[in-house]
Amino acid sequence: MGGVSAIPMEVEHTETEQAPSEVPAPDVPWVTVVHNDPVNLMSYVTYVFQAYFGYPKDKAKKLMLDVHHKGRAVVSQGTREEMERDVQAMHGYGLWATLQQDR
Amino acid sequence: MAGYFEPRPEGGAAIALDEVEISILRSLSTQLLELIGPDRTRGQEDPLDALFVEGPSEPPEDPALARLFPDAYGDPERGPDEESRRLSAEFRRFTEGDLRARKREDLLAVVHGLDAAASAAAGEGGGAPAVLTLRSAQSQQWLGALNDLRLAIATRLGITDEDSTEKLFDLPDGDPDKPMVMAYFWLGGLQESLIETLLP
Repeated sequence: MGGVSAIPMEVEHTETEQAPSEVPAPDVPWVTVVHNDPVNLMSYVTYVFQAYFGYPKDKAKKLMLDVHHKGRAVVSQGTREEMERDVQAMHGYGLWATLQQDR
Repeated sequence: MAGYFEPRPEGGAAIALDEVEISILRSLSTQLLELIGPDRTRGQEDPLDALFVEGPSEPPEDPALARLFPDAYGDPERGPDEESRRLSAEFRRFTEGDLRARKREDLLAVVHGLDAAASAAAGEGGGAPAVLTLRSAQSQQWLGALNDLRLAIATRLGITDEDSTEKLFDLPDGDPDKPMVMAYFWLGGLQESLIETLLP
């Protein structure tokens, strides 16, 4: 993917205005959370999870149903850079996604 | 309006569209293109300079654009705190330009596809419906564009939850929103049928 990760750039661009404030504990993983919305079709959300993450249909469908019924689902986890890439990809597909540290 | 996408034996998808359908799709797509706005990296003489054009750090004011380019940090239920606002701004600065470019390209692919299909049909004469054929990569672009159109229209129609979607079914014929509601459901059907052609 040609997505631009904000992380390395962030350091370059902000070190003069902001001290490197928070360095999160490196071994606490980050997660990508997809939130429910009334517009995205169930079949589309399932398709995106299959196409982008390469999840098998059953897993993709279960995640979609979690989003639909529980309002949100963790769809991937990894480093902050990886999750920023996933969130950017989800926004590209029009899914409503955020990343957060998995506490 | 009953045309839906069908899979082609050699891959990709095809749909027959009449003049009205083409004009609705084209007009919605160009409206969203205008809303998304021009490519800010254009006009940079040095391609390297274009790479470093920064995106905005604030969410778009227009609610439809805010939905297409949401914050990347912060719990939607609790609302953003200062830290997540700062991180979202940073993320936005380096990603929103690319994201806008992708959505623009998807919508342009729709407009160009419609124009090509319409002019091919005009060449045949006799007012036959235009047949639009998509290769697999074009199907992906159409899928993205149809979804973005639905997201933007839903914001305009104030669709915020399942209940507000239900209410749209009861809208009387004379309601000024009626044509947009019909377009919204039609686009949903188109998108659904296109997804089916992409599934193995």
